[in-house]
Amino acid sequence: MADMMELAEPAAESAGLLGSDSAGLLGSNKNGLDVPLGARDAPSGATDDSDMQAMADQTYKYGFVTEIEAETAPKGLSEDTVAFISARKQEPAWLLEWRLRAYRHWLTMSEPRWARLSYPPIDYQDAYYYSAPKLKNRPKSLAEVDPELLRTYERLGIPLREQELLAGVEQANVAVDAVFDSVSVATTFKAKLAEVGVLFCPISEAVHAYPELVRRYLGSVVPYTDNFFATLNSAVFTDGSFVYIPKGVRCPMELSTYFRINAAQTGQFERTLIIADDDSQVSYLEGCTAPKRDENQLHAAVVELVALDRATIKYSTVQNWYPGDEEGRGGIYNFVTKRGACRGVGARISWTQVETGSAITWKYPSCILQGDDSVGEFYSVAITNHHQQADTGTKMIHLGRNTHSTIISKGISAGRAQNTYRGLVRIAPRAAGARNHTQCDSLLIGDTCGAHTVPYIENRNHTAQVEHEATTSKISDDQLFYCRQRGLGSEEAVSLIVNGFCKEVLQKLPMEFAVEAQKLVGISLEGGVG
Amino acid sequence: MTVSGTVIGEASTNRNGNGQEGNMLDIDNLQVGIGARAILKGIDLHVRAGEVHAIMGPNGSGKSTLAHVLSGRDGYQVTGGAVRLDGEDLLTLAPEQRAARGVFLAFQYPVEIPGVANTTFLKTALNAVRKARGEAELDAMEFLKLIRRETKRLGMKDDMLRRPVNVGFSGGEKKRNEVLQMAVLTPKLAILDETDSGLDIDALRVVAEGVNALRSPGRAFLVITHYQRLLDYIVPDHVHVLAHGRIMRSGGPELAHELEKRGYADYGVAEAAA
Repeated sequence: MADMMELAEPAAESAGLLGSDSAGLLGSNKNGLDVPLGARDAPSGATDDSDMQAMADQTYKYGFVTEIEAETAPKGLSEDTVAFISARKQEPAWLLEWRLRAYRHWLTMSEPRWARLSYPPIDYQDAYYYSAPKLKNRPKSLAEVDPELLRTYERLGIPLREQELLAGVEQANVAVDAVFDSVSVATTFKAKLAEVGVLFCPISEAVHAYPELVRRYLGSVVPYTDNFFATLNSAVFTDGSFVYIPKGVRCPMELSTYFRINAAQTGQFERTLIIADDDSQVSYLEGCTAPKRDENQLHAAVVELVALDRATIKYSTVQNWYPGDEEGRGGIYNFVTKRGACRGVGARISWTQVETGSAITWKYPSCILQGDDSVGEFYSVAITNHHQQADTGTKMIHLGRNTHSTIISKGISAGRAQNTYRGLVRIAPRAAGARNHTQCDSLLIGDTCGAHTVPYIENRNHTAQVEHEATTSKISDDQLFYCRQRGLGSEEAVSLIVNGFCKEVLQKLPMEFAVEAQKLVGISLEGGVG
Repeated sequence: MTVSGTVIGEASTNRNGNGQEGNMLDIDNLQVGIGARAILKGIDLHVRAGEVHAIMGPNGSGKSTLAHVLSGRDGYQVTGGAVRLDGEDLLTLAPEQRAARGVFLAFQYPVEIPGVANTTFLKTALNAVRKARGEAELDAMEFLKLIRRETKRLGMKDDMLRRPVNVGFSGGEKKRNEVLQMAVLTPKLAILDETDSGLDIDALRVVAEGVNALRSPGRAFLVITHYQRLLDYIVPDHVHVLAHGRIMRSGGPELAHELEKRGYADYGVAEAAA
C-alpha cells in the first residue's frame, strides 16, 4: 500500500536511540518504524450495518475555560523564546545550552509524515510556547491556589483530596502533581513520599533540587535529536513531573499527574522523567483532559522512564483530550514520545494507555529491553470516533538475553475515524531466548471508519520466539439486537460490547482509573449508533 | 376477525388492563415482508395471560420472522396489521422498550459477547429493565442473591456466570443461559424461538423444566418449534400450524401429535415433521 512507502524515513535522521550506550544498534531513532516487514494493512471493513452509523452529537463534557491571567511568551518560536522559557524557570546554563542545541537541531528537521494521519500543515510560528498562571509566589498549600483553578479540577473530578491534605488525613493514598498550563500549582504528599525517600516534584523544581539526577537522565532515553516532536519538546518543554524511587523502595502510593491544556493556542510541552533505582517499584498514573477550543492545539510531550536492576515501572494513561467536533473541527494534536529503558537486569516497564481523545494521536510508548531478563509490556485501548485519527502502537527493542515483551492492542473505530496500530518488535543478535507475543484486535462500528494494522518484526536471533495475532471484527447486528432485546439501549449496548472487547487492557489499569476508563469508553462512543 | 385502528384509543386508556377481550397479546392481520418478499401474510393470534401457545411449522414458514417482528428486530417491513401487548401498540416501540414492557425472546442462536461476564450482562440488563419500569436498581448484593437462587434452580454451574456471555458455551449451556435470563428478567410474554434446536434429549429436558418452572398465571409463552418433541415437555394450551405465512390451523395439544405422525404434507409442504 502506498502509505507503507511513506514509512521509510531518511536515514540521515538516525541517531542513537539509546543515547551513548548502544547507538547504531537501532537504525531508526524515531518512534516511526522504518522497515516495512510483515506489514499488514486492513482497510475499513465494508459493513452493511448502516443502522449502527448515524453519528450524533456529543458535547465534550470538559469543555470549559478557566479564566486565569496568564503570563505568556511572545508568539512564535526562536532562540529568544527558548531563552525566555529557560529564564522564566531560572534554569542553570547547562539546561539552556541543551535546549538551544535541541532547537538548532530541530531547525534541520522536518515533520514526519509517514503515519497514517492527515492534517493541515502546522504553523509553528503561530503558537505560544509558554503560558503560566500568574502567581506571585509558588503556593505553599492548596489554600493559596487560585480557587478558580481548584474549581476546574473539581469539575474534572480530579482527586486533589484537598480536605484530606489540609486535615492531614492519613488514608489518602494518591499523590497528585497537578500540571495546569505548564506550571505545577500544587504538589501534594511530598512529605509522606520523602519519608521513604521518593522524590516526586515538578521537573522544573527537580532541575534545582536534584540537578545531578536530572542532568544524568534527562535525554538519556529520548535524546534531544530523537525525532521532530521530541526535539521540539526538548527545546521548549515547560514542565512535567520528575520521579525518583530509591533503591529497594516500593512507592507507597500511586503517583498521578493530571495535565490540562487551557490557554488558547498554547502548545503543551510536558517533559516527564521517572527513574526507578535497583529493586524499586512505582506505579504512575497520567490523566489528561482539555477544555474545548475551536482551533487545533499542539501537544508534544516526552516521557522518559529508566528502570534499573529488578526495578518495575508501571505507567498508566487515560487520555480524553478534546477530540474535535463531529465535523472534525478543532481538537488536540497529540504528538507524544514515550519511551522506557529497562537498563537493569530483570527490570520491568509496563505501559497501559486508554486513548479516547485528541483529533490526532501519534504515540508509540516503547520499551528498550537492555538488561538481561527484562520485561516490556504495552497494553493499549485506542478509541476513535467522528473524524479522529489515531496512529499508535509500540516498539519493543530486545537487546538483552531472555527479554520478554507483550503487546496487547485494542483499536476501536466509529464514525469516519481512522485507527492504526503500528508496532515494531526488534530482536537484536545478542538477545538469545527473547520472546514476544503481540495481539492486535480491531473493532469497527459502522462502515465509514477504518482500522489498520502495521506490525513490523525484525528478528536477528534464531533462538527468539515472536508471535503475532491480529483480528478485525465489527459489532454485529446480532450482538446489538441481543443486548437491546434484553433491555439495553443501543448506546449502553455498544458501551458494554466495547468494554468487553477492551477488557484485557482495562483490567491492567489501577482500580481508580479502571472505573473512569470504563465510563470514558461509553462516553467517547456516545452517539456512535443509531 | 377485524380490528380497526380505533382500538389504539382504547388501549391508551387501558394500559394496565387487557386489550381486546381481555387478551395480553393481540396480533391482528399481521403482514410482514423482507424487501419485496411477503413472509407473513396476515397472522391473527390472541394470547391470554397464563397461556402457552405453540407455533409449529415447517422451515421457511415464517416462524422466526414472527418472533423477530414481535421483539423488534430490524430488517423486516410490517406492511399491515397490528400487534398489541396489553392494548399498547408494540410495533412502534424500540426493542429495549418492548423488553421493558415484558417481551422476552429466547434466541434460537444465542449471541456471543466476548469479554463481558455473564453476570455483568445480566445485571446490566436487569437494571436497565427495572429502571425503564420505574423500579429501583438492584445493588450488587441483592443481585448476587437473586442470581445464585436462579442458577441453582436451573442446575447451572457458578462458573457459567463468570464466563463471557455464551462464549464457548455448549448448545445446552447456551439455551439454559437463555432460560436463566428469562428467569431474571421476569417477562410478561416469553417467546421461545426453536429452543429445542441443537439440544440432545437430556439438555432438552433440563431446559423444558426450567421453562415450566417459570410458567405462571401472569405470564404467557409463545413456543416456536418445528418439532413436536419439545411439546412433550412444555405442554401447550394451544397449538397453531403456521405455513406459507398464515396460520392454517389451530387446536389443542393433540394437533402437535397429529403433526408428528403426518408431517406438514397436509399443508402443502413436502417435508417430514421428524
